[in-house]
Amino acid sequence: MNTLVDIRRLKKHFPILGGVLRRPVGAVRAVDGVSLAIKRGQWLGLVGESGCGKTTLAKTVIRLWRPTSGHIYFDVPDEPKALIEELESDAKNSNKLTYLLKENDLATFSGSRLRSLRLRAQLVHQDPFTSLDPRMKIKNTVAEPLKIHRVLSGRAVETAVEELLGRVGLSAGQLERYPHQFSGGQRQRIAIARALATKPEFIAFDEPTSALDVSVQAQILNLLKDLKKEFGLTYLYITHELLIAESVCDYIAVMYLGKVVEMGRPEEIFHAPCHPYAQSLIAATPVPDPKRRVGRIVLHGEVPSPANPPPGCSFHPRCSRASKECHEVGPDLNLISSDHYVACFHPL
Amino acid sequence: MKDLIRIRDLTVRFYTYEGVVYAIDDLDLDIRQGETLGIVGETGSGKSMTALAILRLIPYPGKIESGSIVFCDRDSGGELDLLKLREDRMRAIRGNKISMVFQEPGAALNPVYTIGDQISEVLLLHRRHELAYRAKQRVDNLLSDGSGFASAAKRPFRQWQSRLYHKIGEEPHALEPRILNRMPLFRRLLWRLKDEAASLTVDMLKGVEISDAARVAIHYPHELSGGMKQRAVIAMALACSPELLIADEPTTSLDVTIQAQMLELFRRIKVDRGASVLFITHNLGVASEVCDRVAVMYAGRLCEVGSVEEMFLHPSHPYTRALLDAVPMPGKELQTIPGALADALNPPPGCRFHPRCPSATPICQQERPKLKTVAKDHMVACYLF
Repeated sequence: MNTLVDIRRLKKHFPILGGVLRRPVGAVRAVDGVSLAIKRGQWLGLVGESGCGKTTLAKTVIRLWRPTSGHIYFDVPDEPKALIEELESDAKNSNKLTYLLKENDLATFSGSRLRSLRLRAQLVHQDPFTSLDPRMKIKNTVAEPLKIHRVLSGRAVETAVEELLGRVGLSAGQLERYPHQFSGGQRQRIAIARALATKPEFIAFDEPTSALDVSVQAQILNLLKDLKKEFGLTYLYITHELLIAESVCDYIAVMYLGKVVEMGRPEEIFHAPCHPYAQSLIAATPVPDPKRRVGRIVLHGEVPSPANPPPGCSFHPRCSRASKECHEVGPDLNLISSDHYVACFHPL
Repeated sequence: MKDLIRIRDLTVRFYTYEGVVYAIDDLDLDIRQGETLGIVGETGSGKSMTALAILRLIPYPGKIESGSIVFCDRDSGGELDLLKLREDRMRAIRGNKISMVFQEPGAALNPVYTIGDQISEVLLLHRRHELAYRAKQRVDNLLSDGSGFASAAKRPFRQWQSRLYHKIGEEPHALEPRILNRMPLFRRLLWRLKDEAASLTVDMLKGVEISDAARVAIHYPHELSGGMKQRAVIAMALACSPELLIADEPTTSLDVTIQAQMLELFRRIKVDRGASVLFITHNLGVASEVCDRVAVMYAGRLCEVGSVEEMFLHPSHPYTRALLDAVPMPGKELQTIPGALADALNPPPGCRFHPRCPSATPICQQERPKLKTVAKDHMVACYLF
């Protein structure tokens, strides 16, 4: 399996403007140095509480936002990446480095290059009630990406739209309807059909089922599973529900305050979590089984503001194992077993 | 255990332009004293409407058509049919004997008043005599302690204050305080009531585990995080020590770790105060965490009700089973429920679940199944039993 999306030390800071001149007086560090590799055909789950930067990460990877720093490589072979790393460590701004970045790094793309990338990478938004244009018929909504990217034209667009909507479980009779005539689950299906329209390789899902009921959620998850198999897709799946991540994803990254604190396969993360935050997150997840009620760890306090993160490890104010070291230095992600990374000085 | 609320044959309909929506259809449900009853169901199953019907707050164009909701007052021992009460009597019950926590804490709080003001309001409305009693004690202490010229000069005024607060406490319809309360500037003479309410408010906030309660009380809602706001709303609902606390999806908009803190809080409320909690949720995990008994609703009707252990370990109704199978669990194939939620405008005849039910029989299409007891503390409305 080769790597499809490679995110290296990605940062996205939003400036806080203040004073009469509206100068930046600080920054909200939404994503603060994230390195992730998504392999081709993988279903990567990104888990974390609200405000930890999951959505920002997805939107930056799809390049709806320009990252503050860091690299995003989309389907780039290893040699240019290694060359860029090497040239960067020399700390000289050579022309060669600039050229390489311009050719390979998605973070620097703009204009038509960016547009051609968006053919291959798509995003499904969280709330199907606001992500569809209420004044567009759904056949136009789904056809829009095809027209913008000039993939198809004329009658071919219509047949393609019918096919797509049929694939996600909507009938041809519903083509002429408007979004308000559909239920939440159906709207999310339309949003998925729209994302599939350009035949992408990579789709980022931003909590696609958080606004839906359990039974509808199961339908959508099963649909995503089938689509992934059928089209050979790669998913970045953002969720705050750990049960979903555990049951459907191949690989899981846990985020806290703009950083990835633990990465690993679901069985490792859920049965032997190493980061204290991952552990309390799992313990706090309610499971529909009255026998498993006992022995939960309730985490005290709340997530600090990303505008003013605590020094050192950002989790130390809420951590029971924090030592002096944690107050001063932020830990890096370390490999502890195969494919299992933890950013903690005192892993469990 | 004795019942606190007995709902019988409750029917709520909404008269919309498209037609009549049967939001709740002949619902029978008991809430016992000191228990947490969970109502579980999907969107549109009528779980929130059940809660609103208990408080008689069904919004227009909805109407409570028939049925009775009997409230058995624990203090006085009397039984009241909430649906037959006069509106002013009902107002004395809302927020006092029965209070409610809403789903979205941001929307439940008034953005232009501080948290402290909003909690005080409940106390000033329902606990006026208690506040007056405390205020009188404080004035009496000042009268007996005071020495020197300043306190001698204030003496006549304080004596008058003491009489006034005594009147408020003892005779709720006394003329003098009522006139004072209506006159904009003179109303300020009753400032000690507000003071007492404010100090009680800080205690309330401490009771829901807010550490710097005095600081939070003077904050406006937008200055607090979601979890903090929900705590403040819970404090407000608990201000008058209600006998029934209705919580309508109180943790849906919160994060898992904050949700765990809230569930812990709800568990403690039940143990410490002995209050009953009606906990409405669509999250089966949350229901199994906090509830003693769980009721499952589908399309305005009750499918199954029973103790948590019975419901989650031996689910009987096909809908309950399907709902539990739809929860993503590791190492389990996700099961979906075929079809879509029943149309509220023209619901299917007979059992509302029969078009989606894998074990439907001809009788399911014709006649509505009645609730039957299948095990101790476990009732199911299905022809399979």
